[in-house]
Amino acid sequence: MRNLADTLSRSEIFRSGHALCPGCPGGMIFRWITKALGKDSILSMGATCLALPTGIYPSSVEIPSIYIAMAPAPAAVSGISAAIKVLKRKGRIREDRKINVFAISGDGSSGDIGMASLSGAAERDDDGIYFCFDNEAYMNTGIQRSGLTPQFSWTTSTLKGKVEKKKDLPRIMAAHDIPYVATVSVGYPEDFISKIEKARDMGPGFKYFHIHAPCPTGWRFPESKTIEVARLAVETGFWTLYEVDHGSTRITYQPPKLRPVMDYLQLQGRFEGLSDGNVRELQRGIHEKWEHQITLTPE
Amino acid sequence: MEKRKMLTGNYAAAHGARLARVEVVPVYPITPQTHIMEKMAAFVESGELDAEFVPVESEHSAMAVAIAAQATGARTFTASSSQGLVYMHENLFVASGLRLPVVMAMVNRTIGAPTTICPDLSDSLDQRDTGWIQIYTESAQEAHDMIIQAYRVGEDERVLLPVGICFEGMIISHYMEPVEILDQGKVDRFLPPYRPEHVVLDPDRPMSVHQLVLDDSYYTEYKYQQQVAMEEAKGVIQEVDEAFGETFGRRYGGLISTEMMEDAEVALLTLGSMAPTARAVVSQLREEEDMPIGLVKLRAFRPFPDEELKESLSNLKAVAVLERDVSIGAGGIVYLELAHCLGKKHDSPLLTNYIMGLGGRDVTFEEIKDTALNLFEERDAEVMTNPIRWYQVRGLS
Repeated sequence: MRNLADTLSRSEIFRSGHALCPGCPGGMIFRWITKALGKDSILSMGATCLALPTGIYPSSVEIPSIYIAMAPAPAAVSGISAAIKVLKRKGRIREDRKINVFAISGDGSSGDIGMASLSGAAERDDDGIYFCFDNEAYMNTGIQRSGLTPQFSWTTSTLKGKVEKKKDLPRIMAAHDIPYVATVSVGYPEDFISKIEKARDMGPGFKYFHIHAPCPTGWRFPESKTIEVARLAVETGFWTLYEVDHGSTRITYQPPKLRPVMDYLQLQGRFEGLSDGNVRELQRGIHEKWEHQITLTPE
Repeated sequence: MEKRKMLTGNYAAAHGARLARVEVVPVYPITPQTHIMEKMAAFVESGELDAEFVPVESEHSAMAVAIAAQATGARTFTASSSQGLVYMHENLFVASGLRLPVVMAMVNRTIGAPTTICPDLSDSLDQRDTGWIQIYTESAQEAHDMIIQAYRVGEDERVLLPVGICFEGMIISHYMEPVEILDQGKVDRFLPPYRPEHVVLDPDRPMSVHQLVLDDSYYTEYKYQQQVAMEEAKGVIQEVDEAFGETFGRRYGGLISTEMMEDAEVALLTLGSMAPTARAVVSQLREEEDMPIGLVKLRAFRPFPDEELKESLSNLKAVAVLERDVSIGAGGIVYLELAHCLGKKHDSPLLTNYIMGLGGRDVTFEEIKDTALNLFEERDAEVMTNPIRWYQVRGLS
């Protein structure tokens, strides 16, 4: 396994003093992303908890960023990279300077209100890396359900648990036939960072990252357990780490043996009211998904 | 060299944007604006314009791309109409709040329901509180010239606000007129390149653009600065019009243009495509009937030219505001603003408001003449009875 401490940049672009909740994985994620992409970057910030570090004066992030509105973080990626392209042609930005354009937005802003914007930027294959910070509900406004909230989860707008299933946004993005789609988790930093570096070093085009981001505040677990919850999501098969690199899908981390989904659910207050039947249904869903995913992997 | 060509208003506006050397062009198709989009795409494809054309998936994204590109330091241009303008509404506030001088051709069309593709001004007037400068034009030539002026006004460091150049769909957008396409060399001298210092996404000078200003921090002061910029824009629009006249030999009058106002007792006030018809009416009444009537053409709706209007109108007996728009439950939008601006001083003119031409209904010479003759009949009244008038509504006697 690679030793991140030896290979990752030591300069800190993401600084302390941000306004994220205790135990929020966003601080770590923001730090890794900015370390991997470096200072020559421009950030399009969408509506997400991660807008707080750049959105409250003074910014905790030492790169330029812009926030427009709830939906259009992907369109802003298009605008920034279009401007860079023309300004390079006109000699106002050096032709050989590589500026990484990236966006961070939430699950609701990416998969609900901003779906058209995201799909449009992907279809045009505009140059940039898009990170969907998926904490599985509208957390900034106080834990309301989104299209990406998992089935049976409590939120403040689904008091008896969400009836519908989670929208599978990474698969929708893969269907756009963009150069790169990756699912990542805060519990697996080596996997996460290698994928960012891979996307960074690809040619121009739209790359999509879907970050599974456990939220102590909204998921109702102790703030010391963020990484444990993140890892259990993957070890139980509730969340899968894979990539779709120019159309070819590969599972990048295979748990030796899937643990029962209950190990993941029982740590979180949002799944407190689940019946045995609900748990069995989730378990069956995981097995079906997992078999489908195995068949996608060539090895 | 200037070239004279038969052009629609849409093509004239697109040529204006080309001559302004716009750099990023995000547009979504909507009738009656679409020819602008097509022409811009063609300019970029043929290499006549060195720009990035971004075929966005919605008007909401069109404005977002424009904002982000302008914030990265590129001059941007877009165009929209009707539902499209309304769809991008929230982002219009962002463009002006971030002080990004994006320019947009607003090709006026009704907003459904019911739906028509014909003109009225309700779509752009509905954007009046977004912090955009709005200039109304009456011909393809004026639209062409004003797109170029718009960049110089918006990018002026005293202003730094987005600008909408408005003209009515179908009537101006689709009819052909002889248009003098300005000379590129002269335009380059008239319009310096966009080199922003105030807002720019530059890794060498990182800034976080658009932050939260929670609680009692500086939201009020941000808004006040926009208001100051709008006030400054009044002078700048005037200056730019004068400079344009010096370079190209054609002036429009800045915020308003007044015609035949000498010794006038009454006046018609209108904007956009009704202005030429009103002008013909006024000059006929002047020349053939010797009637003391003048014409005020409102060019800038934002900033609203209150001082200029007070100065030209306050000694008159009566003014009729003719407009192709309405704020349901109140009256014509321009009339309401004018009434507010003139107030109820004893020397204020009597005001009437004719809501006409909605949904592209033709407004004829005879109809405008009718409103003018009414003014003469009513000019000595104590008060104007029933001032807000829906002109010739079918089914009413």
